[in-house]
Amino acid sequence: MGKLARDVAVIGVGQTRFGEHWNLTFRELGIEAGFRAMEDAGISSSRIEALYTGTMSSGLFLNQEHVSAMIAEVVGLTENQIPATRIEAAGASGGLAFHQAILDVASGLHDIVVVGGAEKMSDVVSNVATEFVASGADQAWEGLFGATMPSLFALMARKHMHDHGTTKEHLAHVAVKNHVHGAKNPLAQFQREITMDMAVNAAMVADPLGMYDCAPSSDGSASLVLCDMKTAKELSDNPIRVAGTGQGSDSLSLANREEITSMRSTVAASRRAYEMAGVGPGDIKVAEVHDSYTISEIIAIEDLGFFKKGDGGFATERGETALNSTITVNPSGGLKARGHPLGATGIAQINELVIQLRGDAGDRQVKDANIGLAHNIGGTGGTAVVNILEVV
Amino acid sequence: MAVARHWRNQDQRYNLAGTHCKVCGGHFFPKTSMCPTCHRRSMGKLERFQFSGNGTISSYTIIHDGMPQYSSQVPYVIAYIDLEEGDHIIGQIVDCEPSEVEIGKGVEMVFRKLSEEGRSGTIQYGFKFRLTM
Amino acid sequence: MRSGIVSYGVYIPRYRIYPAEIGRVWGQDGEAMGKALGVEAKSVPAPDEDAATISVMAARRALARSSIDPKDIGAIFVGSESHPYAVKPTATIVSAAIGATPVMTGADLEFACKAGTAGFQSCLGLVNSDDEQIPIRYALAIGADTSQGAPGNALEYSASAGGVALIVGKEKVIAEVCLTMSYTTDTPDFWRREGMMYPSHAERFTGVPAYFKHVEMGARQIMDGMGTKASDYDYAVFHQPNGKFPLKISKSLGFEKEQIMAGLWTPKIGNTYSASMMMGLAGILDLAKSGDKILAVSYGSGAGSDGFHLEVTDLISEYPRSKAPLVSEAAANGIEIDYATYSKFRKKLKMEGE
Repeated sequence: MGKLARDVAVIGVGQTRFGEHWNLTFRELGIEAGFRAMEDAGISSSRIEALYTGTMSSGLFLNQEHVSAMIAEVVGLTENQIPATRIEAAGASGGLAFHQAILDVASGLHDIVVVGGAEKMSDVVSNVATEFVASGADQAWEGLFGATMPSLFALMARKHMHDHGTTKEHLAHVAVKNHVHGAKNPLAQFQREITMDMAVNAAMVADPLGMYDCAPSSDGSASLVLCDMKTAKELSDNPIRVAGTGQGSDSLSLANREEITSMRSTVAASRRAYEMAGVGPGDIKVAEVHDSYTISEIIAIEDLGFFKKGDGGFATERGETALNSTITVNPSGGLKARGHPLGATGIAQINELVIQLRGDAGDRQVKDANIGLAHNIGGTGGTAVVNILEVV
Repeated sequence: MAVARHWRNQDQRYNLAGTHCKVCGGHFFPKTSMCPTCHRRSMGKLERFQFSGNGTISSYTIIHDGMPQYSSQVPYVIAYIDLEEGDHIIGQIVDCEPSEVEIGKGVEMVFRKLSEEGRSGTIQYGFKFRLTM
Repeated sequence: MRSGIVSYGVYIPRYRIYPAEIGRVWGQDGEAMGKALGVEAKSVPAPDEDAATISVMAARRALARSSIDPKDIGAIFVGSESHPYAVKPTATIVSAAIGATPVMTGADLEFACKAGTAGFQSCLGLVNSDDEQIPIRYALAIGADTSQGAPGNALEYSASAGGVALIVGKEKVIAEVCLTMSYTTDTPDFWRREGMMYPSHAERFTGVPAYFKHVEMGARQIMDGMGTKASDYDYAVFHQPNGKFPLKISKSLGFEKEQIMAGLWTPKIGNTYSASMMMGLAGILDLAKSGDKILAVSYGSGAGSDGFHLEVTDLISEYPRSKAPLVSEAAANGIEIDYATYSKFRKKLKMEGE
């Protein structure tokens, strides 16, 4: 229980820039990230034994399902008829695809697999995207009744403010900090800083969440190469080991939870990952957490045990989550600044950890980063995936 | 068109009909085929239960960027409501200025239009809430 | 005991627009227009309200004031000129939303502003029928509308929204119907063709040969039938397309202002069309005492009137009126909106894709 049958490591990562790629198709986005990851790993596509793809909603956004076969085809993997699987868990699709690939390799079924995540959101207008994104929550009992995805997080935010004294400024600090980080990330959608004034006084989306409290809609793809540790050491000088992986679930609907200022799925997934890794929150130097909304980052850093319940907003205000402070949270810019192409997000998070743990992060490098955590949720937390990576 | 999908939820949406578990006494909305507390022990011990529609606002938000079906109602209020018989529900608060809504205020159920499938399609009706006077 | 009203419930949307605001937009002296029509404000339905939601709210309030099992309601008639569907009954929506289904009948009625009272008469007929032939214990009559006047038309100052539900039966009756008769001719004073958004009317033709003639004849045949005169009634209520017509007709029939004020609601909320006279009747029942006699006459363009002689029973003393809003309470606390918001709420704006 709670152990992988064999050690697994990441040996290559690749990502497109996230943003509005008007001239690129879903296929082209997938190819770009996939090839970069294989190039980074220094392997040819003929070595790939299986493919996992995390995509939330190609059916709604592109009217195209069965994208596992599509990606396999475009990355040139159909020659050997390798298993190609699409994983869907709304915004956690990427993180969960990674989790599933870990289980695959650890089981011994395959030695080298590629995991991708991709989403193409810019082909639909914004109010249609609002409706599609809301399908990650409960359409029958939330969406039909007018609840958008940001509004569900706004309910969490208002309650968190009411119960713990979190403020609108605390939320703004999350956005400002993530934009500072994003400005240092050449693959981020928004490579510019914002001011507190901009964040606090932005147009409201779902009160108390304003425009800068919400991650954008994005096009993008991220990919990585995962293999067993023995193969990893043959192929790579700096494999990054999967120390722990955990997944948790909760009700699809927010209304079916007793508590909305904490996500039980995150708490459970992180407990499983910490136990497998044999580490605790205090050991984590760098974390990529799911800040689809600023309140999600505050709730996440509490649920992951970095700060005590209710202190997430205050800790952010104190600067404890900024680059090279107590714990660096979202050095990539997070979903807020890096961008949030739903299915690609979870893979981009892993890629950022790999880059940080290799010491290749340049201006945004977390000093002495030797262990990192990625946290990816779907919907309002119906699914949570936590992965812990470490330097070998 | 998704006529049947909406039709089969009518009783729940029109009447706030959920489930009462005769084992633990819990009340649940939406209706469930298995009590989330008693699990298998609840099989055959569940019955339809109509909530009163009275509750208390536990959290709320004022939506400025709404679902397409709600564009003529923006800004509109969505609340997380504690129902008086137990369980929670997400619902719209209508017939008030958004500034009147506060955590802790009481609400009662009203019957409203939820959506329509275009101008030629069916209309979906169901519960919303308003502040108790 | 004769059959009659067992319980009643009213619903009035909360939004209001004032004549001055309508006049401001159309370059008319709105205030003068309001005074001439006797309308201080009119109710406006929210964007998510229609005749079905209003009917359900009124029906639930009628049930809240009674101990009747909704399954004992054997018929539901919804009278409206603004049914949300051209084909598909409002009555079935109401029946499912109050738990009356499935052993029952129902239908939607249309007779301009008197479709609700046409339903009331149908209900009386059903509950009075031989139990073995038609086993219907209670029946529900609803008048509900979200009426529209064309932008800039005089109708726009009065056409409002509201609904009244009457539970009709032979048991637990709070107001017996001693006589009901109708007066009907083919008089096209007001109409709306299929597919048209707004109704048309024949202006001053709607007065003397239409409203006044039919209401007067309707009232007189009830008084003749009952052998009563105006002074025998504690209350009278007539259809109120505006605040002035009912005052005029009641005066010509010999009624004093005191007899009709309890039932005069159009000045506060506008003309609720199919609910109009029923709203007045509800306002009277809100304060009536045992033994009170009521003359009630509705009017529907096209044209006809339904007259009723009602007598309040002893059961009114224990009738739990406070379990649902009185007309005065439902009419209070309006939220004022401007013409732009009104246009948006009433779907007068051409939207993307339309």
